[in-house]
Amino acid sequence: MENLPRILSVLGDGLPETVIATLGGIVLTIVLSFGAGLLLLSPWRVVRGVTRVYVEGFRGTSEVVQLFWIYFVLPVLVGYQLVPLVAGIAVLGLNHGAYGAEIVRGAIRSVPRAQYEGAIALSLSPAQRMRRVILPQALVEMLPPLNNLFIQLLKSSSILALITVPEVTRQAREVLIPNFGDDTFLIFGVVFVVYLLLAAVITAIMRWIERWAARRLGRRPVRQRKVLEEVAV
Amino acid sequence: MSVPEPMIVFDGVEKRFGSNVVLHDLSFTVSPGEHVTLIGPSGSGKTTILRLLMTLEKVDEGTISVGGRYLSHQDKGGTLVPADERYSREVRKRIGMVFQQFNLFPNMTVRGNLIEGPTRVLGLSRDEANTRAADLLELVGLSDKIDAHPTQLSGGQQQRVAIARALAMHPDVLLLDEVTSALDPELVAGVLALLRDLGETTDITFLCVTHEMGFARDFSHRVMMFDGGRVIEDAAPEQLFTAPEHERTKSFLQAVLDH
Repeated sequence: MENLPRILSVLGDGLPETVIATLGGIVLTIVLSFGAGLLLLSPWRVVRGVTRVYVEGFRGTSEVVQLFWIYFVLPVLVGYQLVPLVAGIAVLGLNHGAYGAEIVRGAIRSVPRAQYEGAIALSLSPAQRMRRVILPQALVEMLPPLNNLFIQLLKSSSILALITVPEVTRQAREVLIPNFGDDTFLIFGVVFVVYLLLAAVITAIMRWIERWAARRLGRRPVRQRKVLEEVAV
Repeated sequence: MSVPEPMIVFDGVEKRFGSNVVLHDLSFTVSPGEHVTLIGPSGSGKTTILRLLMTLEKVDEGTISVGGRYLSHQDKGGTLVPADERYSREVRKRIGMVFQQFNLFPNMTVRGNLIEGPTRVLGLSRDEANTRAADLLELVGLSDKIDAHPTQLSGGQQQRVAIARALAMHPDVLLLDEVTSALDPELVAGVLALLRDLGETTDITFLCVTHEMGFARDFSHRVMMFDGGRVIEDAAPEQLFTAPEHERTKSFLQAVLDH
């Protein structure tokens, strides 16, 4: 236990890398999820097909192998080496964006057809229908699964250790273990807690956005207790 | 006095869903300001006519025109081709629709619902649109609900907002698709009274699908009886309700009145 301050300090040095990788990954995930999610609903078969290749390609292959491709193989092909952190953010975003695209597509399709028809009856253009009427309603449905996705992304950020990004997991394995070998239990115990706390922060922010979005739809947030009471009946 | 150009023209319209032919070679015209009610058993194609006019469905054969312009088709170098989205939108602006389930946007307040079309489609300023919204809410008796969410309103109130929303676009043609069918019985009268009032005070052309025969009788100038995708009787309401010519009309009216 006497090494705890040192352990915390070394892990703390890795914290910015983990946070930046996660935030960068989330931003890229959001952009790709909405972009690819909308393209999956395109009326043009070719557009849907190309997007489908991206989604299935990144969902269906190993994230670690994707990381090695971008970090080790791409430089051989194009002669340009990405900074490790940037390569990591790219993989986190591309991979989770593929999952997010399905979330966005599913949420948009869950908006009742009557809402499209109401928008057509007001002569809104296809873009206005989507932006003004459909997406704001779909957003409420997307938020809980996106919360899951972002937490998974946070945990996936530990694979950046494999390409020398000095984030929390790498700090533990490469710096702490060689120096405080007797404290393995404590070191990885603290690493657990760090991810848990970061995940709690993501959930708190997402819940806040969920409540905001539900209020905009004039919905009251469902009380946990009430749901359980209904189940009991 | 010359005959005014018709507001709505259906010319040989056929509509199929798969192998099911919903409308057979349908031709009729509606004059400007005329109130026409479509009656008939469910599945007879009445609602499909409104949905074709709102461009929610596409015709399979024939053409539809509104205000002297093709709606279903557009003229490209002398030949008629199915209308594209951009062209449809221009003609569609003249048409409004009120739905059975209201179809208000839950992500906007009542005000938002009322100013969305006028500001984004008609290009009104926010102030102009707000004034129009306030006037229309007063007309439908819901001035105090301007900042409410649709979910906070009763069905009857939602439907009155939906009517105001359609009126905010200043349509030439208003389509009413079973607008009281989803309402609790005690709320029906208020909505029908509002529509009667609109019928008397505006020169909007109404095309209306309803099961409220009393309303159909005193609101309409003309009633069309549908069965199996065809018009089987087309007459003034006094004629059609008191002395229907066709057996099918008689049995339908009997069934509705016994209900």
